[in-house]
Amino acid sequence: MSGVLTRAHFLRLTSSTAAGLVLAIGLDGCWHAPRTGIGDTEGDGAGAFSPSAWLRIDPDDRVTVVLAKAEMGQGVATGLPTLIAEELDYPLERIAVAFAPSEARFAYPQDHGRLLTGGSTSMRSSWKVLRQAGATARAMLIAAAAARWGVSPASLTTRDGAVIDPAANRRATYGSLAATAAQLPVPANVPLKTPDQFRLIGKTTVRRLDVPAKVDGSAVFGMDVKLPGMKYAAIAMPPAFGGKVRSYDDRAAKAIRGVVAVVQVPQGVAVVADNTWAAFEGKRALQVVWDHGVAAQASSEQFFAESERLARDPSAGVIATTIGDVEHVAGRRVEAIYRGPYLAHATMEPMNATADVRDGRCEVWVGTQSPTVAQLAAAQYAGLPLERCIVHNTYLGGGFGRRTYPDAVGAAVAVSKTVGMPVKVVYTREDDTQHDFYRPMSVNAIAGVLDDRGNLVGLSHTVVSESVFHWFLPSLANRGWDRVSMDGAAETVYHIPNFTAKYVDYEPGVPVGFWRAPDANWNIFVLESFMDELAATAGKDPVAFRLALLGDNPRAANVLRLAALHGGWNGPARPGVARGVAIGPWNGSLSAMVAEVSMTGSLPHVHHVTAVADCGQVVNPDVVRSQMESAIYYGLSAALSGKITIRNGRVEQGNFDTYTVLHMDQAPGIDVITVDSHDSPTGIGELGVPAIAPAVANAVFAATGKRFRSLPFSDPS
Amino acid sequence: MIAVTINGRHHELDVPAEMPLLWAIRDVVGLTGTKFGCGQGLCGCCSVHIDGRLARACVTPVGAVNGKHVTTIEGLSADRSHPVQQAWIAEQVPQCGYCQSGQIMAAAALLRRHPHPSDDDINQAMSNICRCGSYQRIRAAIRRAAALLAQGGEEAS
Repeated sequence: MSGVLTRAHFLRLTSSTAAGLVLAIGLDGCWHAPRTGIGDTEGDGAGAFSPSAWLRIDPDDRVTVVLAKAEMGQGVATGLPTLIAEELDYPLERIAVAFAPSEARFAYPQDHGRLLTGGSTSMRSSWKVLRQAGATARAMLIAAAAARWGVSPASLTTRDGAVIDPAANRRATYGSLAATAAQLPVPANVPLKTPDQFRLIGKTTVRRLDVPAKVDGSAVFGMDVKLPGMKYAAIAMPPAFGGKVRSYDDRAAKAIRGVVAVVQVPQGVAVVADNTWAAFEGKRALQVVWDHGVAAQASSEQFFAESERLARDPSAGVIATTIGDVEHVAGRRVEAIYRGPYLAHATMEPMNATADVRDGRCEVWVGTQSPTVAQLAAAQYAGLPLERCIVHNTYLGGGFGRRTYPDAVGAAVAVSKTVGMPVKVVYTREDDTQHDFYRPMSVNAIAGVLDDRGNLVGLSHTVVSESVFHWFLPSLANRGWDRVSMDGAAETVYHIPNFTAKYVDYEPGVPVGFWRAPDANWNIFVLESFMDELAATAGKDPVAFRLALLGDNPRAANVLRLAALHGGWNGPARPGVARGVAIGPWNGSLSAMVAEVSMTGSLPHVHHVTAVADCGQVVNPDVVRSQMESAIYYGLSAALSGKITIRNGRVEQGNFDTYTVLHMDQAPGIDVITVDSHDSPTGIGELGVPAIAPAVANAVFAATGKRFRSLPFSDPS
Repeated sequence: MIAVTINGRHHELDVPAEMPLLWAIRDVVGLTGTKFGCGQGLCGCCSVHIDGRLARACVTPVGAVNGKHVTTIEGLSADRSHPVQQAWIAEQVPQCGYCQSGQIMAAAALLRRHPHPSDDDINQAMSNICRCGSYQRIRAAIRRAAALLAQGGEEAS
């Protein structure tokens, strides 16, 4: 085996281990790419019709959609092809899906050449572009048929992947027209369907394309990539943040059967072996002397104490929003301090990446939210120009923001470069938990002013936290506050005549990152819990108290009313069960929830959640439902028991026994109600997160009178 | 040498007896449907059947399966026809999909013990973790699979 593998070579080679990546005839007799996740973005070339980077029609009638977004469970591998299939008049289930590699030409215009999946923006950024791609291709295929038959394009129609001439009772498949269509000029401004013409968008009958491969084990995740001659590596990384290797003794590691090399890389000390287990065992046997660095004494208690001091210091921080004068507004003042912990992402698939750095080229296979960011890391650690590095994407075993970060890619590239062999780096679960980019810890000081009728006339909200942009794109944090750190705090859905939001940047040096609905996942917990406090102080019903502030926000008022209606807010609750309500805005979408909770000792047990989602036009109703369920469970998991703590500069939690997550027996029933809308889609992957924790906390207050101003609920404090 | 039958196929594996079955299946035999999630038997991603019984392959030494029959997700059925797989498709359970091989193997084992499990039975038996939150759909799919089995669906393993 010499040289770097070509893509086609890789496809041929993996087909033997990954249950058939070659095209195959499906059960219904149609052409399918098996939905294993690695399709062929290039095709055979000859005679193919590719009017945009995201769509290719081959002469044999294969239609391939190249995804510029990562499939991490949120359903883009179905939703985005749906947009093309809708306008192309092509059967969705016959579309083959391929993931875009790290090439700027695949990025949507709105993403400025960057391939990045995050912020619930996939549907938003593709909504026009991909329908346009489908409609344009269809127009060109019709033009090709019209030319062939010598008739007017207006006399032709399309159905199920063929152009139809009803007058002459003839048809031509798209594949048979592909070569002709490819010679035609690309028309501009082809009209799109109106909602009444949709056959796929918004229809309940559309099923996910990736489900078959995810019930038979054939879906290929980064963890499943296997190259000829590939070795497996585990990395001993500095236990304390900012630590370094001082020295190491690898004799015991090398004595383990299957270990082939131990090498030092910028990330730590790598044990390279014939299989993953030998690499793990070798890492365990490795004796490393660490320089624990400046953070060696740091603890989260210390961070909280300092953050709390900053939260109370009027001279600290920068103002993000000011409306009116909250300092001097008359009325009854209510104040509270909230404390949120660091959280790990705990994706089911631990971080991993496979790299082959040889002969002046670097090729990477990884499940990543950003092939672009991964490529930058690859180039950095390979010491090669960007154009000599390529990143291929796979299915992601969970993302939640974590797979934006290319740390495993950097490690795999560094190790492969050092040993001169293809290498897959695999994090243990403990590595994954202890070397994350965490949801920032946060201390929030919030104060409200109620007038003599109990109306909210003033609110101030101070957020003290680490900025995720310092660990991602520092240029975006330069204004002193950034929209992620202040998401859910700088703006509210409510009309409050006097309002101030302030950000205090506190950087203790713990890597922080995007964590599903950053950082509204915490700031909205604070705001919506505090709204409940204010309603209780004013002696008002929590729904009525909020509605009074939503006079100029009919969309928010609507989701709240619907949640109250469907959640039985005004009806009797079962004995021992209390309800809580919250509104959760996320990046242009809106949700409201009613949670039903009873107490088991001091812990809440959530029985049922009624969730309303307004995400604009629903493209796939079942995927929208599943994403609300998903985000609610994800947020609930963190609220019930999620907590990362730092002691002696390192994370105390390791596996699922110490970083506990939601299990089946804690998972409430969830009803999702979606708002009918033909507005452009605004995103669904994270919308369920912000409102769930405050809805539960508010139900706990209703049940017990106890107000949780820190999470998780399992904390004894 | 460890002699083990995986999905009906006999393998002689030249690996240390203490290597977890998970890594023998994935890295040595080359079947990647069985997943690594925690390495401690805590998450269930690696669930397989050993002589028909549910086991977590990441904490099962391969030496302990010498002479036994192992079924992985690839062997549950040849064509996704197992009632649990059918139910998983009907309820559109998977999201990221990484835990689903283990969930399906655990559900298939549960239904062999309990052909008509209540929600409580399901909650107790299904200790596999799903971070995407497919729990509600898993419950529905297990009830659906139970109904399919009661109608005479064949169980393949």
